[in-house]
Amino acid sequence: MLKYLNLALIQFSLILFAHTGQSEPLGLGRAATENELKAWDIDIRPDGAGLPTGSGSVLSGEETYTENCASCHGDFGEGIDRWPELAGGFDTLDSEDPVKTIGSYWPYLSTVWDYVHRAMPFGNAQSLTDDDVYSITAYILYLNDLVEEDFELSNKNFSSISLPNEDNFFHDNRNTLENKQFVKRCMQNCKPDVKITKRAVVLDVTPDTEIETEKSVPKVEIQEETASLNPQLVKDGEKVFKKCKACHKIGAKAKHGAGPHLNNIYGRIAGSLNDYKKYSKNIINAGNNGLIWDSETLSSFIENPKKYLAGTKMNFKGIKKSADRNALLEYIKSIASSGN
Amino acid sequence: MSKKFASERRNFVIGSLAAGSTVFAGNATKATGHDDPAITELQPWASELGDGVDASPYGKPSDFEKHVIRRNVSWLTADPTSSVNFTPLHALDGTITPNGLCFERHHGGVAVVNPGKYRLMVNGLVDQNTVFDLSDLMRFPRTNRLYFLECAANSGMEWRGAQLNGCQFTHGMIHNVLYTGIKLKDILREVGLKQSSKWILAEGADSSAMTRSIPIEKAMDDCLIAFKMNGESLRPEQGYPVRLVVPGWEGNMWIKWIRRIEVGDKPWHHREETSKYTDLFEDGNARKFTWEMDAKSVITNPSPQAPVLHGRGPMVLTGVAWSGRGKISRVDVSTDGGISWNEARINGPADSKSMHRFYYEFDWNGQQLLLQSRAQDDTGYVQPTKDQLRSIRGENSIYHNNGIQTWAVDRNGITENVEVS
Repeated sequence: MLKYLNLALIQFSLILFAHTGQSEPLGLGRAATENELKAWDIDIRPDGAGLPTGSGSVLSGEETYTENCASCHGDFGEGIDRWPELAGGFDTLDSEDPVKTIGSYWPYLSTVWDYVHRAMPFGNAQSLTDDDVYSITAYILYLNDLVEEDFELSNKNFSSISLPNEDNFFHDNRNTLENKQFVKRCMQNCKPDVKITKRAVVLDVTPDTEIETEKSVPKVEIQEETASLNPQLVKDGEKVFKKCKACHKIGAKAKHGAGPHLNNIYGRIAGSLNDYKKYSKNIINAGNNGLIWDSETLSSFIENPKKYLAGTKMNFKGIKKSADRNALLEYIKSIASSGN
Repeated sequence: MSKKFASERRNFVIGSLAAGSTVFAGNATKATGHDDPAITELQPWASELGDGVDASPYGKPSDFEKHVIRRNVSWLTADPTSSVNFTPLHALDGTITPNGLCFERHHGGVAVVNPGKYRLMVNGLVDQNTVFDLSDLMRFPRTNRLYFLECAANSGMEWRGAQLNGCQFTHGMIHNVLYTGIKLKDILREVGLKQSSKWILAEGADSSAMTRSIPIEKAMDDCLIAFKMNGESLRPEQGYPVRLVVPGWEGNMWIKWIRRIEVGDKPWHHREETSKYTDLFEDGNARKFTWEMDAKSVITNPSPQAPVLHGRGPMVLTGVAWSGRGKISRVDVSTDGGISWNEARINGPADSKSMHRFYYEFDWNGQQLLLQSRAQDDTGYVQPTKDQLRSIRGENSIYHNNGIQTWAVDRNGITENVEVS
């Protein structure tokens, strides 16, 4: 009898689960392994939770930063084009032109470590070692005059550093400060008169609303045989190009970014685009001395930019695998030759 | 008004507009007694065969609607892989945003996630650190909900004054979508929450590994793990194969390509909740954790990209309204810059935390109009003016600008973005 009663109860509870959606575990999913957790559980908190063992100095940070960060954020964290400023801006937050940098605005250093580690360098995320991240973080502190040049940051002294703006954040108070004021709903004679006080047309910053016609990029003079483009290689090369596209654009609508656009790169004299203003002197000189981009010169340059052309502003480690370089060049060639 | 003048006016309007804007009037003559060639001449579509069934296996909008597209404002950001584009609100009606027109915001470009390699990890203060694949997620009970997603920076460019001429640009960082997914609370119950759990961290699989801290109360309330939008799989740019839905809260928290949820006892204070998505006040202090989107509305027609081409007489004014705190209970419309107001008609699906469609039909006398709309939600909150917001928050804010928008319509029907006293 007891046995039957239990059975009845089980049946009853099964019916209950079925009807109320889920109130007991369904037994779905599987346990995560230690290595899986290690690979993905990378977040860092202000109290230091999550920080790995490691260290890095301002001195080593300068080199790592210059190589990985300076092409967008500037040598001194000043920000190039519209890329974020990382340093300075102190005493500007209550001005008409607040400059929000890590030094002037960010409340916690852990956020810097976490973000650099998870998302930087842009387009090559999670490529830095833990010690690289400590070094870069130390160097950013130095750029903000928050530590001396002999400083070394580690998981041990991390919690002793606080950022100047930490105490100047407050929790959402709309409910008490605003929402009670915003309840009136006047219907008639709400004000004596109305005048236009501001007009968007004065600023004239709205994008042109004409449908952009395919702007014709100057006709490409194809220097090399392109009939033999290898589609698989082009496809592989498109993937390799992801390493480049944070700085370089290619295709019909390509404009200059941190680096010059790559349309018509084949047969181009190095450093010769007049409307690109950020060439190094050395690349212009190389062009004047006869450096023309072709498969051979491009491949050598991309393999190790700073070795091939000392003084180039292209802060890029290079693509060591020749197969990757070949694919990349095939992709660039395919865009150049497709008439875009 | 002579016919010649009318035609010149139309040409002027068209010339000063977004080229390609739909001009329904076409060349039809409105004068009676004249034959309309659209009727009297045999049109090619009435005579020739059209495409067969498989000409476009997925389907696409009419070629006459090619101008209805998302647009970006290139000077806003450094690079299109970390940027935003805008929903063409002025060209839409109803309440659902078509999937291909939902605005995009990425921080590291569109991640292309292979669904076969998709995993969702839930770890931290849970009984069992657990990994789910897509087929696991498909075995939880599903739910369908209509929600708006608004970027906290929507209208952010307008904080210091009227700047962009078009509701696509001033208000287009929003979309309204029917999501199919599973309740986040079902997943959290499946892994078992520890007593000390107070927050979750949601993390994306893209190259920005986007993270946001969310209080556990919200996670256990109405958040969804969604895999369909408007019936089809999420678009890549909206987080394919799986995104987080955080109803009523700022869009940045709706983590796309979600790969991990960590349960913890404190917020993480990551980049997108400290250096970004915080509201700087005039005194230099900043407000944080401003998750809810306040009640807001905008008139979509007429608007600068959708001027009045039909002249005086019957006019249909329409727009959208929404609130992160519930339903819209009422929308009022002013045609005189806020001196007097009339109640608009809300029509269509009107779910909590979803976009509502309103209409106001009136007879235009051909004089200048200063159009405004004002939403009220079911908490009693009334959409404030921009000056009301500025008097509290100053002008250095970027996010959460829900102030009343004004469009000036001149006698020719040309419509522009203005602010009024």
